[in-house]
Amino acid sequence: MSQNLVLFVALAVVVVVSAVGVIATRHVMRSALSLVVNFFTLGILYLGMNLHLIGIGQILVYTGLIMMLFLFCILLLNLGAPQMLYERSPIKVWAAVLVSGALIVIVLSQVFLPMTGAIETTAPDDYGRVRTVGNWLFNKWVYGFEISSVLLLVGIVGSILVAKRRG
Amino acid sequence: MEATQLIAQASQMSMTEEVLWAGLRIVIVVGFTLSIIPLIIWWERRLLSWMQDRIGPNRVGPFGLLQPIADGIKLFMKEEIVPASVDRLIYMAAPAAALLPALIIGATLPWGPNRLLTPIADVDIGILWVLAVSSFGIYGVMLGGWASNNKYSLLGGLRSSAQLISYELAMGVALYSVVLPTGSLRMTEVVATQHEPLWGVVLWAQNWFIFTPYGLLAGVIFLITMVAETNRAPFDLPEAESELIGGFHTEYSSMKFAVFFMAELGMMMLFSGVFAVMFLGGWSPLPLNWEYLANQSDLAGVSWLSSPLLFIGGSAMAPVWFVAKLAVGVSCYIWLRATLPRLRYDQLMALGWKLLLPMAALNFVVVAIWMLYGWWAFFGSVAVLALLYFYVVAAILKPRAERDKVEIRLVDVPVSTAKTIEVGKES
Repeated sequence: MSQNLVLFVALAVVVVVSAVGVIATRHVMRSALSLVVNFFTLGILYLGMNLHLIGIGQILVYTGLIMMLFLFCILLLNLGAPQMLYERSPIKVWAAVLVSGALIVIVLSQVFLPMTGAIETTAPDDYGRVRTVGNWLFNKWVYGFEISSVLLLVGIVGSILVAKRRG
Repeated sequence: MEATQLIAQASQMSMTEEVLWAGLRIVIVVGFTLSIIPLIIWWERRLLSWMQDRIGPNRVGPFGLLQPIADGIKLFMKEEIVPASVDRLIYMAAPAAALLPALIIGATLPWGPNRLLTPIADVDIGILWVLAVSSFGIYGVMLGGWASNNKYSLLGGLRSSAQLISYELAMGVALYSVVLPTGSLRMTEVVATQHEPLWGVVLWAQNWFIFTPYGLLAGVIFLITMVAETNRAPFDLPEAESELIGGFHTEYSSMKFAVFFMAELGMMMLFSGVFAVMFLGGWSPLPLNWEYLANQSDLAGVSWLSSPLLFIGGSAMAPVWFVAKLAVGVSCYIWLRATLPRLRYDQLMALGWKLLLPMAALNFVVVAIWMLYGWWAFFGSVAVLALLYFYVVAAILKPRAERDKVEIRLVDVPVSTAKTIEVGKES
């Protein structure tokens, strides 16, 4: 148990520090890179918990491709730190504080309840494995899966239409 | 079967033993990758010179073998020039980011049948790991290009990211069409599937995926995309000397420059390993079923043949054959570099999106149909899809051919910048 804890803490510290780095720095490139580090370490964390598919998905899709597109846009448009994103309306600031506070409470409740022994957290052995996820995806949830893929296709076609429209 | 054996084996070991074995596996792969890179540099320079009718570096040591070491010492001693207005943090991190994938992409490659020594992690996402690592392999190039604060470097970085996104998809789909008959993303199982009898009937031969029709197509697509992913010629647009000075590494000097090249050569070698595992039967030297042949020679009365056969196909020689396949792969990379001119940017994009990706996707569909309905459905669907594909291609190409008729290009440059003269009109 203790080795697991050491590994977890080591990775979790990187995850938290890089997550703070995303919003703490005003430098758009460094902010995006913090997000890359965050996603990658999170993927490694999932792999360490035997959640192979979600871990590799995190690395492949988010770290590899989505962040690549982010950086591509930053490079292409040569973006600086946008001044208009600084929030000055006090109501919105308070709303943001409230929502993120609620989020923290939800997350912490999931962390502390198992630690105090109020909830047992168990997962089946094959939980999150490729075969299990594939079986669920293509049997029980096949309609949702297919509908979401059609939705993505519609999005792609729509973006091409918007890009091709003249005038 | 093998996975359960592995788990049984693992449960007998203590935690310390497991950690030690894992450490050994890591040291083997990383140590091999780092120590073989000078040899690849030497081989690239010599082979390239022979192909171009030159002699190449042959002064330092026997056959010039010590040349890379001399180069390495020179690069260490050289003055390090950092341009004044670079983003120092990212500028320093970029070579490291480039080298990281070269060191970890081999984590799931099996070099032989011995589970204690290889692969580092025999996880059921082995193939996805290769795709994931190769997809962030481009960060080093991109960040180096951006941090250098140089227009040409930035263009190199931009090109590499666009190139990667375009070719990553085709590479993934090509690999999935051999994953489907395997039924697993585990690399050791891909190899085990290829060690079964050829097409399920030829007992003395092995069913390497390159010998199956869908595997051949997937293999060719993977071969092209893996050259593109490693930024090698003819896909070396990010560092096109004739256009971008040195591309992303223009502003790098001394050891940082060398690290970019170590990363590129390491990726070359390990991608050859992925190709060998996915399409060339892993560690088996020839597509022959060694145990079956040994049994047959026993039966045929030539029993002196059986033990050499078992030795050649056995676990002791397996890493040797695997390394030989890596050498062949690296030589092919160098051969491509010596043979093919660099692609133009629009040609690169057209190849990736209009040819490789549709072909890979159609291949995937055909494999699925074959697995569900058998060989007749396979040939039928190939015929239908080929007709459809050529119909679409003809529909795309026909207007272009008609348009091209009325213009005479003065020079062969992209259409947008070319001066054209319309026939029959005064310009």
